[in-house]
Amino acid sequence: MAGNAPTASEYVIHHLGHFNNTGHPQENIVNWGIINLDSMFFSIAIGLLTVFLLWLAARKATSGVPGRFQGIVELLVEMVADQAKGIVHSAESRKFVAPLALTVFVWIFLMNAMDLLPVDLIPMIWTGVYSAAGGDPAHAYMRVVATADLSAALGLSIGVLLLCLYYNVKIKGVSGWVHELFTAPFGSHPLLYPVNFAMQIIEFLAKTVSHGMRLFGNMYAGELVFILIALLGGTATAFGFVGHVVAGTIWAIFHILIITLQAFIFMMLTLVYVGQAHESH
Amino acid sequence: MNLNATLIAQLVVFFILAWFTMKFVWPPIVKALDERAKKIADGLAAADKAKADLALAEKKVVEELRKARESAGDVRTSAEKQASQLVDEARAEATRIIAAAREAAEAEAGVASQRAKEALRDQVANLAVAGAEKILRREINAQVHSELLANLKQELQ
Repeated sequence: MAGNAPTASEYVIHHLGHFNNTGHPQENIVNWGIINLDSMFFSIAIGLLTVFLLWLAARKATSGVPGRFQGIVELLVEMVADQAKGIVHSAESRKFVAPLALTVFVWIFLMNAMDLLPVDLIPMIWTGVYSAAGGDPAHAYMRVVATADLSAALGLSIGVLLLCLYYNVKIKGVSGWVHELFTAPFGSHPLLYPVNFAMQIIEFLAKTVSHGMRLFGNMYAGELVFILIALLGGTATAFGFVGHVVAGTIWAIFHILIITLQAFIFMMLTLVYVGQAHESH
Repeated sequence: MNLNATLIAQLVVFFILAWFTMKFVWPPIVKALDERAKKIADGLAAADKAKADLALAEKKVVEELRKARESAGDVRTSAEKQASQLVDEARAEATRIIAAAREAAEAEAGVASQRAKEALRDQVANLAVAGAEKILRREINAQVHSELLANLKQELQ
């Protein structure tokens, strides 16, 4: 815990504050001048780890008997390739979309898995480093789960949105896509154009927002539960200790499912949305 | 939960990572998977072929065995035939030899009896001459009466 004996509320708020370029948590809902350095650090570091691990397997990939590591990577590749084949009906697009889905799956899984580290471990280390460097320990903010950062999660889902727009234009052509924007889903009639267009925009918005929000919401809630469980242990009573151990164990085990599931869902929806961009109405 | 420039940065990182995977991770792994699938398919095909070959070979073996047995039977039959033929030939030869021997013996016996007869005849002639000599009590000139004696010999034949 940072500082000397913060209240529960202070503890939680401190934990949910990002380390950004301003040095204190963001006040406004949207501020494009701020960047969360902790999210960027962990997402880039884990991203590099992801591609490094995958590359390690790819470098040694042979058609002979695979080792365990190659086996697990091949398992993932096959799983993603099979899903992509069933959803995106364009071999040309799959050349990019399938590796992208694989990256997204492994990357998000590993970022989510940061949630399984003790919730105070890295923030405590960071507090030590920060104050050693002359900073105020109360301002040593650090969040290790990049996917529990709304900006990061929406950044990913907007990336998928851009991909969808790109494939819409690529597959259907500009005129074909514009035609679809105004004639689907209700049909081609001048009176229906505005309704169709509004529906299409709502669809894109809803897809993207729900895509990012789902991941963010799950991870944010999971992190919050870990913080609350840690608070329980922080009471330093016998009940608190037992409660922390029991609840922490149960939640961590359950969270293994959640982090995998969320990574899988994000990957599948990426494929589904890109697949939809290939289909004409 | 705020929005800020992290969003843009995350988006860029996302595409860079995806690009890296597409470029350096996906192709070799998929290639290895495809190659292994091909290897396994080839292996299975080879196993099937080997099985078929084995079945064929077994069939051939059975066929060859049957042929061998058949030809062995043929050989035995022809050998028996030849043997009985040999026996027959030997028997015929033996018969022929026996007949020849008998003929020769008979011929010899004939010659011997002829000779005996002739000897006998000579003796008879001599005896007759001696008898006649005694009867006539005089010498008969053998040279004078040789013609007579020859006639006599002729008659005795």
